[in-house]
Amino acid sequence: MRRFALIAVPYLWLLALFLVPFLIVLKISLSDIALSIPPYAPTLDLSAGWEGVRSFFAGLDFENFVFLTQDDLYWKAYLSSVWIAAVSTVITLLVGYPIAYGMARAAPEWRPTLLMLVILPFWTSFLIRVYSWMGILANEGFLNMVLGWFGIPPLQILATNTAVYIGIVYTYLPFMILPIYATLERMDESLLEAAEDLGCSRLTAFWLVTFPLSRGGVIAGCFLVFIPAIGEFVIPSLLGGSDTLMIGKVLWEEFFSNRDWPVASAVAIVLLLILIVPIVLFQRNEQKQREAA
Amino acid sequence: MRRFSWFNVTSLTFGFAFLYLPMVLLVIYSFNASKLVTVWAGFSTRWYGELLRDEQFMDAAWVTIRVALFSSTLATVLGTLAAVVMIRAGRFPGRTLFSGMIYAPLVMPEVITGLSLLLLFIGIGLDRGIFTVVLAHTTFAMCYVSVVVSSRLATFDTALEEAALDLGCSPFEAFRLVTLPIIAPAVISGWLLAFTLSLDDLVIASFTTGPSATTLPIQIFSSIRLGVSPQINALSSLLIGVVAIGVIAASLATKRRAVTQAREEQAAARVTG
Repeated sequence: MRRFALIAVPYLWLLALFLVPFLIVLKISLSDIALSIPPYAPTLDLSAGWEGVRSFFAGLDFENFVFLTQDDLYWKAYLSSVWIAAVSTVITLLVGYPIAYGMARAAPEWRPTLLMLVILPFWTSFLIRVYSWMGILANEGFLNMVLGWFGIPPLQILATNTAVYIGIVYTYLPFMILPIYATLERMDESLLEAAEDLGCSRLTAFWLVTFPLSRGGVIAGCFLVFIPAIGEFVIPSLLGGSDTLMIGKVLWEEFFSNRDWPVASAVAIVLLLILIVPIVLFQRNEQKQREAA
Repeated sequence: MRRFSWFNVTSLTFGFAFLYLPMVLLVIYSFNASKLVTVWAGFSTRWYGELLRDEQFMDAAWVTIRVALFSSTLATVLGTLAAVVMIRAGRFPGRTLFSGMIYAPLVMPEVITGLSLLLLFIGIGLDRGIFTVVLAHTTFAMCYVSVVVSSRLATFDTALEEAALDLGCSPFEAFRLVTLPIIAPAVISGWLLAFTLSLDDLVIASFTTGPSATTLPIQIFSSIRLGVSPQINALSSLLIGVVAIGVIAASLATKRRAVTQAREEQAAARVTG
C-alpha cells in the first residue's frame, strides 16, 4: 500500500502535467480554428454522451498538417532550423574540442579549477549570456569599435544568421566540452607513447589514437548541442534578424501574434517528430558509452 | 610524457577568453556613465541606482524568487520520490511510461513544454499567475532532480538500508536515517539546479504566466528586445556577481571538506597502522 502511494505521487503528477498537456496539443493540432473561447473546435462535450464523443472525433482532421506543407514559411523554417543547428554544432565542435583537449592534458592539480570555469557559465543566466553579445555585435558595439582602431570598416553582424551562430556556439559550448573532456581524461596516455614509438608523428597519433577514442564524447556533445538548438527561441529572436527563420520563433509568433492555436500545435507536433530521430540516436550512443565504461 | 605544449596553452587561453570576455565587458560597461556602448564617459554607479529604484524590476525579482523557492523545493521532493521509484520500486505496471515521462522533458523544446502546459491550464480553467508558473517549473525541474538523485542512488549500497531494517527501523525511518543523509549532497545539488533553472527560464514562464506575475527574465527580455540597455547591464552584473560568489564559496567548502576528510583518514591510518 505504501509502495503504491510512493509510486502514485510522482506518477500522477507527470501524467497530469506532462502527458495530458501533450495529448491536448495533439488534439488541438487536429482541430479547426474557431472564433470562440477557447479559439478552436470541436471541444469534447461529455454531457452529450456517446453522440458527443462521436461528433468530437468526426470533427478532427489533418487539415493543419496539410496547411504546413502548403505554406512555404513552415517547411523553410524547419529546414533552416535544422541547418542552423547543424552548422552551429560543427563550429561548436571545432571550438570545443581543442579546449577539452587542453583541459584533459593540463596538470592534474589544475583540472578541477578548469572544470569549474567551464561549468560556471551554466549557472549564469542563459538570457544574460545571449544579451552580452548584443552589446558586442551591435553596429555601434564593442567589436566594431575595436575594428575601427585598426581602420577596418564596421561589420553588420547583429540581426544576421552569423550572430545566431555565435550565440549558439557561445551558450552551448560547455555541453560540447564536458563529454569530450570526460572521454579524453579517461584515456590511457601510454597508448600515445606506443603510437609514437611505432613511428607515428604526433598529428598521426592524434588522428589514429586520440580522436577515435574520444568519439563517444564527440557524438554525445554534438547531440547535446544539436537537439536543443533546433527548437531555440531566445537566440534567434535576440541576435537574429527578421529574416532569420527558426521554428521555435515561428511557433511563438503563431501562438502569441496570430493566435492560431491549431496551427501552433501542429507546428509543435512536427517539431517533435523531427527531434525523435536525433534523440533516439543520442540515447543509443549513451547506452553504448555506458556499456563500454 | 607530459610536455609543455604551446597548442594546449593557446587553446585554453583563447577558449576561456571566449567564454568570459563577453561577461567581463558587460560588467565593465555597467559602470559606464554614458548610455552608449562605444563611448566611455567615466565611472558611474548611476544605472545601479536607477535599477534599484525601478519598481517593475524589483517586483519582478520578488516574483521570480518566490517562484524559484516554491518550485525548486517541490521539484526536489517529487524528483527524489521519482528517483527512489525508478531505482528501488522494481517492476510495476507502466514503468516504461514512467521513465519515459522522466526523460522526455529533458529533451523537449521549451516552446512545446510551455505551449502544452498553457493549453492545459486554459482547458481546466485555471487562472494564470504565480501558481501556474510554479506548477510548470516544478514539472520540468523535477525531472532534472530525479536524474541527479537517481545516479547517486544507483551506486548506493542497499545493505546499509537492510541493516537498518534488521535493527528494527521502519522502512520510512531507514530512508530518513540512512539513505537520505547519504544521498543528501545529490539532493542539495538537485535543489540548486532546480532553483537556477527556475530563475533562468523565460520561455515556459512566458507561456504559463498571466498579467499579474511578470518574472525577471520576462521583464529583461521585454526591455532588451529593442537593444542594449544600461540598466540591464547593471542587473546582469549583479546576477553574475551573485553566481560567481556562490559557486566559488561552494567549491571552497567542498575543497575544505575534502582536505579535512583526507586528514582524518591519515590520522586513522596512523592510529590503526
